Amino acid sequence: MTENNTREEEVLAKLDTFDELPDAPPKRRIKLSWVGKIAVAVVVFWMIIIVIGPSIAPYHEMDMEGEDGFLDAYDNFYLGTDYLGRDTLSRIIFGARNTIGISILATLLAYCIGITLGIAAAVKGGWIDMCISRINDSILALPSIMLGLIAIAALGSSISILIGISAIIYATSVFRIARALGQDIMVQDYVEAAKARGEGLWWIIKSEVLPNAAMPLATDFGLRLVFVVLFISSLSFLGLGIQPPASDWGSMVRENLQGLTYGSYASIWPACAIATFTISINLIVDDISAKSGGSLAKKMV
Amino acid sequence: MMTQMVLRRIGIGFATLIVVSIIVFIGTSVLPGDVAQIILGQSATPATLAQLRSELGLDQPGYIRYFIWLGDMASGDLGTSKAGGASIVSLTSGRLGNTMMMAGIVSLISIPLSVALGLWAAMHPGTWLDRVITFGTLSTISVPEFFIATILVLVLAVELHWLPAIAYMSGDETGWQLMKALAMPLLTLVIVVSAQMIRMTRAGILNVMSSPYIEMAILKGVPRRRIILRHALLNAIGPIVNVIALNLAYLVSGVVIVETIFAYPGLAKLMIDGVQTRDLPLVQACAMIFCATYVVLILIADVASILSNPRLRHPK
Repeated sequence: MTENNTREEEVLAKLDTFDELPDAPPKRRIKLSWVGKIAVAVVVFWMIIIVIGPSIAPYHEMDMEGEDGFLDAYDNFYLGTDYLGRDTLSRIIFGARNTIGISILATLLAYCIGITLGIAAAVKGGWIDMCISRINDSILALPSIMLGLIAIAALGSSISILIGISAIIYATSVFRIARALGQDIMVQDYVEAAKARGEGLWWIIKSEVLPNAAMPLATDFGLRLVFVVLFISSLSFLGLGIQPPASDWGSMVRENLQGLTYGSYASIWPACAIATFTISINLIVDDISAKSGGSLAKKMV
Repeated sequence: MMTQMVLRRIGIGFATLIVVSIIVFIGTSVLPGDVAQIILGQSATPATLAQLRSELGLDQPGYIRYFIWLGDMASGDLGTSKAGGASIVSLTSGRLGNTMMMAGIVSLISIPLSVALGLWAAMHPGTWLDRVITFGTLSTISVPEFFIATILVLVLAVELHWLPAIAYMSGDETGWQLMKALAMPLLTLVIVVSAQMIRMTRAGILNVMSSPYIEMAILKGVPRRRIILRHALLNAIGPIVNVIALNLAYLVSGVVIVETIFAYPGLAKLMIDGVQTRDLPLVQACAMIFCATYVVLILIADVASILSNPRLRHPK
């Protein structure tokens, strides 16, 4: 009797370990190294700042509260003041919204354009694929900063133009990856099977192509976001991106550059803010792609 | 077969240049209002506007203007700048030399440096120095160019007083002074450009290391050093040349930032000034010079990597 019981328990225990079918692929669990965990913490920190920033900032981004420009930290000005006597810390907190928020919007837009066109090119093939790919290649053949400068010279600089330009420029690389992934998936047996079952094109895209392309594309999103942040803050640094008096990390570095020669750190802090965000995202992506065998990293180079 | 491939690449390069010129032309022609309006500004009346438009050829349809513009470019007439009306050739010539000198020196330093460091890291994977290199280069490629530049200014100019913070160049500097003025921009660019090259060289070598003939060499008992130098490196030359070419893009964006931050009188600074004043002929000319140089260098790298592959050099 007792023997029977233990046997039953054993079987139950075994069954418990298979919460899916035995031959289902193992669940993807992302384990991060301690460096990766710190990086996640930093990114989460900036996300929280974006959401609640304006309510915790000691001053408003435009208030000229300080007694003078380029002061070192004193009283409530924990990071000192900038060239107009505005609180550097508050401007960094407000700037997170502009710098990261606009970059995320631009990257999302780039993904919408890139994935739509990429999957369309992969699924349709033929001359549609030819046309889109050729145009894409020629845009990709130019340094992105040149494209940005040409576009801004022609259109001027506003936030919507900035988002549009970055989205189009970075949609080209998303297109390449989405197209490659789509082409890989379209020749798999399960897609052939779905076609043989008589499933429609839209069904195949929705239920076979997109779910299988999702994971690699998600990792790539991080990398792309870093590029967009760097691109937009470089333009802002050149005075061609987000326009003052709005606070933005790139333009803050530019505004306070002269202060550097008097030893003011007002331009160093926003530069460090960008660095912590972008380095953290790259570390997370690096960690994930190292764990998934590195094939991902190769696809993304 | 090899000649065919090389010719094909040159053809593609030429086609890219044409597409680039179309992008530059369209990009700078879509603006609301035209050059005539900008020149006349407030004093524009419909009559003077129409007259200036026909003088500038703006009443022609777009594609005809494109061909006229392309013809002028090809024959070396880059047009006149709107600000001050100086000819763009005279504006760009000296500055092009400055930028070329900087880019040349950076390439001379950073290419051997990054190949050497990348090789070293690949030879000793997992050691602490390899980890330092990997982490350092990852951090460098993740930060904006102006971050590195500001940190260098802070450390070398403000705290240590070793170097001047801004590269004032009047053109008559001699050896030592020129070196001092150039040191900081050069150092920034070398760091920016090398980081990615080191990473990709390391990855390229490690990639070759996983191929069967390397496994064979390991099984024969060939020392690791010899494997990398005799087997892996030779087969990685093609990819490495491509890496170097790809990194020219970093050099271009690096040059734009570095010339601005250090007030270096180069072509990129001229272009940024042009963008700020919306001096479109100037922007067009600078963009064409940058993009054409870039496309040609990529082309050279492509051809070099074909030539470095014995299978393509000696077809069966």
